[in-house]
Amino acid sequence: MINYNVDSDGIATITWDMPGRTMNVLNEASLTAYTGALEDALKDDKVKGIILTSAKADFIAGADLEMLLGTDTSDAAKLMDQFSQLQKIFRRQETGGKPIVAAINGTALGGGFEICLACHHRIAAANPRAKVGQPEVKIGLLPGGGGTQRIPRLIGVMNAAPILLEGKDLTVDAAKGLGLIHDVVPAQELLAKAKAWLMAPAAEQVVPEYAGKGAKPIDGRAVQPWDRKGFKTPGFPGGAVWSPPGVQTFIGGNAMIAGKTNGVYPAPKAIMSCVYEGLQLPFDTALRVETRYFVSLLRDPVAKSMIRTLFFGLQEANKLARRPKGVPKQEYKKIGILGAGLMGAGIATVSVQAGLDIVLIDRDQAAADKGKAHIAAELDKLVKRGRLDQARRDGLLAKVTATPDFGALKDVQLVIEAVFENREVKAEATKKAEAALPKDAVFASNTSTLPITGLAEASSKPDQFIGLHFFSPVEKMPLVEIIVGKKTSQETLARAMDFVQKIRKTPIVVNDSRGFFTSRVCGAFISEGHRLLKEGVPAAMIENCARFAGMPVGPLALNDEVAIDLSWKIMDQTRRDAEAAGQKFEGSGTEDILELMVKKLERFGRKNGKGFYEYPADGKKRLWPDLQKHFPADPKLLYGEGEEKRAKEEEIKKRLLYVQAVDTVRCLEANVLTAPQDGDVGSIMGLGFAPQTGGAVSLIDQVGVKTFVAECDEFAKKYGAQFEVPKLLRDMAAKGQSFYGDYHPAKAA
Amino acid sequence: MTDAFIYDAVRTPRGKGRKDGSLHEVTPVRLAVTALQAIRDRNKLDTHLVDDVVLGCVMPIGEQGADIARTAAVVAGYAETVSGVQVNRFCASGLEATNMAAAQVMSGQSQAAIGGGVESMSRVPMGSDGGAWPTDPAVAIPMYFVPQGISADLIATKYGLSRDDVDAYAVESQKRAKAAWDAGYFKKSIVPVKDQNGVELLAHDELMRPQTTMQTLAALEPSFKMQGEMMPGFDAVAIQRYPEVEKITHVHHAGNSSGIVDGAAAILIGTKEFGEKAGLRPRARIRSFASIGSEPAIMLTGPAPASEKALKRAGMTAKDIDLWELNEAFAAVVLRYLQILKMPHDRINVNGGAIAMGHPLGATGAMILGTLLDEMERRNLSTGLATLCVGAGMGTATIIERV
Repeated sequence: MINYNVDSDGIATITWDMPGRTMNVLNEASLTAYTGALEDALKDDKVKGIILTSAKADFIAGADLEMLLGTDTSDAAKLMDQFSQLQKIFRRQETGGKPIVAAINGTALGGGFEICLACHHRIAAANPRAKVGQPEVKIGLLPGGGGTQRIPRLIGVMNAAPILLEGKDLTVDAAKGLGLIHDVVPAQELLAKAKAWLMAPAAEQVVPEYAGKGAKPIDGRAVQPWDRKGFKTPGFPGGAVWSPPGVQTFIGGNAMIAGKTNGVYPAPKAIMSCVYEGLQLPFDTALRVETRYFVSLLRDPVAKSMIRTLFFGLQEANKLARRPKGVPKQEYKKIGILGAGLMGAGIATVSVQAGLDIVLIDRDQAAADKGKAHIAAELDKLVKRGRLDQARRDGLLAKVTATPDFGALKDVQLVIEAVFENREVKAEATKKAEAALPKDAVFASNTSTLPITGLAEASSKPDQFIGLHFFSPVEKMPLVEIIVGKKTSQETLARAMDFVQKIRKTPIVVNDSRGFFTSRVCGAFISEGHRLLKEGVPAAMIENCARFAGMPVGPLALNDEVAIDLSWKIMDQTRRDAEAAGQKFEGSGTEDILELMVKKLERFGRKNGKGFYEYPADGKKRLWPDLQKHFPADPKLLYGEGEEKRAKEEEIKKRLLYVQAVDTVRCLEANVLTAPQDGDVGSIMGLGFAPQTGGAVSLIDQVGVKTFVAECDEFAKKYGAQFEVPKLLRDMAAKGQSFYGDYHPAKAA
Repeated sequence: MTDAFIYDAVRTPRGKGRKDGSLHEVTPVRLAVTALQAIRDRNKLDTHLVDDVVLGCVMPIGEQGADIARTAAVVAGYAETVSGVQVNRFCASGLEATNMAAAQVMSGQSQAAIGGGVESMSRVPMGSDGGAWPTDPAVAIPMYFVPQGISADLIATKYGLSRDDVDAYAVESQKRAKAAWDAGYFKKSIVPVKDQNGVELLAHDELMRPQTTMQTLAALEPSFKMQGEMMPGFDAVAIQRYPEVEKITHVHHAGNSSGIVDGAAAILIGTKEFGEKAGLRPRARIRSFASIGSEPAIMLTGPAPASEKALKRAGMTAKDIDLWELNEAFAAVVLRYLQILKMPHDRINVNGGAIAMGHPLGATGAMILGTLLDEMERRNLSTGLATLCVGAGMGTATIIERV
């Protein structure tokens, strides 16, 4: 696990090499072994200096998230003890009296970088792919191994801010530029250079501050800057938080954090506190404060929810956890795409980037060429950003055949239909394609709303027919919702999942139903926005409350984007389908808003420049002022300032999230979704659902199933049937169950 | 409860709070001493009768630190038995100091006390004291800290006050201040500041710009747009507290906000018996006073609830008040107050205010109470209310009645 070796010059090399893992991580076992090696080196009089390195391709990936997720967080005092150990090890390392060099051979993130920061010297191997940094904030945590203290003390608060608060990672060259790494050398010279630094004669003798009065001076190389007399944090005059620039930095920083996090993420605030409080304290006390904040985040359900969904849930989805067993993996070489519009061309772009040959078909050559031009433009963007070289770009573009000829589909393994969202148009495309397709090709429809089982009726091979619902813009949106029709075979599903994996998107699997999962939940969110508007909530309050609940945009803005007339058409279709089937139409109760906007006012959304917002040519969009005329706002909300108004705002935030969560549980109950993880990953990756909750299902666990049901019952009474909880959830509440219980990633995988 | 009477009120003129201001060369202790000596000398007051000096000061650090009230009392030559205490209720400190002095008298614990305040904004600039409120992330973020200018612009946006509205108010404030100075309405209270040789340094409010018009104001850029919309983006913080606001319209600038100035004020308060002993006739009785907390992000809407609380304590309603003073911190603060009280501009700040003459933070509360009393006497009115908006969401108000 940890190899220890002392050479004839008295240089000890401690090499991290955890068995059975591709990456080194910090956990109890590895840290125990490391501490043993470290103590051996510090206590051995023959050892003059220490090199810390890794035998893997990368250095250390960070803390073991499985361990963190499995931590019992009930006893805060115990957690303080537990996580102070890490600080003690790192502190022992830098105050042990012997110079230590980190020989950073590859990526070093999180605790893996913090162990380097607790070395006296850092040399990295030149490797453009290697990253260093503190990504903890992205999963709701903070660097709890001294990162919030050592980084500002090395490079100043302003430079430390993006690393700590945004989790921005750095190339080793960038880290050197900032002063976090001392030297970048060719990989093959890494250990030699590290040794050379240790072997050079000592330039100075220093009495470290921790040694106390009358202590003997030691080799200055073994003393960290913050352990020297008169140390000042760079960036502020005198290094003081309370200097005028120090105060300005924190005043501005606080506002920026508040603005960026919309009040829903506790981690950036805690990190800012660590820096602010820590820089006013002696180093060891500062580390203790950091541990206190770390423990507070670990005990906050936000971190656990985010780790569960955004790390493990996503990992499981990307590893195709829900792929039917026993179907051989399909290797893709060539696919076809019907429809070279925005969606078709977008799908082609991500597919060609994955190295696939593409047949891009549209009604005539000009339309098909337009799609290819889109691909070229997207690839050019990557070239411009230095992410792709020109030769490779040309090679990729050459893989795309743009043509109106369906015959070109004769050797594709899968075809994705991305034509106009209309049953007849889609049916025609299906028939034309099938006439040319190889017998075993998978036929996928990129529909966002039309049930797959119905579309499959146009196919002669409904078992090979499946839905692949991409999100716009395809280049950016990570999710693909795979829709399994009544007749879709398990083999087709497995092969479709292989394709999604090939183009590096995240799949979730849903069973066929109107609106599937994401469109349906998105609709519930929008309808709740409509209801709030009807109730007299000021439009700005609806939109802002959605954002302050963690949604990326408000329901009215979202409705403008997806088009209000489309919402009307879907509603109208649903109503007619219900009537045709002799059923009662169960509307959302906000049909009148759609009628007003679409039929009377012709406000279709962004597409005609008129929706709930207006879109001035010369400026930012703004809420349509006349909304107030059609939906007069409650003066208490418009002109109130007090606690009563704020309670109402909290309720609005809850309604906007809960309405989606309830609908997600309905999907679970109806077997549209087969696992809570799909609801969580799908809602965050597809809809941008409040990430701090861990997703639309995880939210319910975070609130507590019982409390959630009680609150929904109250909302149902006050605001309507959209909050009526499904039996599944009521039963869970009665039995005291939760969705994830004592979820542990190792068990779930 | 013992009645507390106001026997006299004085103030220094207000000097521009900059390096070229006439009072920049005067230490804040000397400003306070000027007010304390004036109120002693013109009343021939035996200071042995005074129990305490309470002075407001909002930046009590550096040369305004170390209890400037006690320092000034000693330097002013008051009897050494007179204690001193410095208080900070931000912009209402001067009025709060007066209220505390009155409270000592009303509770029977002092027979006489001086309330007042001092601020040399040119020498100890705003923000010098730092403070956890804006700086400490664990305080600033949950309190939705934004600077006052953002709060003032939020008030204007939320309550529909346009740039024209706030500018028109500012023009009127300048006009009134000029008219009052020309007519000598401030004479009774103004104490010129002199140097150690008795040479006069300043005898009038230095900041006034009587030539101000809508046109001259229109040329001014809004002061808080940049920090609101760009760096560091305080608007986003304010909107988190007021989500009904889509976008904050920035309407305040140097011309419709209170000016930065130096100055000091003192008010002598005592029991009836004290007046008899000192041979002084009371000018007014303190009817009631109150301070309240309000939502900290919008911050400056406290005067209305503070006034209501003071009225209630006095058993009065707004109709019973003849004349009003509300510190002109920002034009929108006054205009919002008028909206709530459904009051016309002609009963409030009748001689202008801080937009024209400046707002020496620690002293202003005592200054406007003195101005109110002078004008009540001049107009022969019976009751008056003085109030101020206060940082971090507070309000302080005092009701006086002539005797």
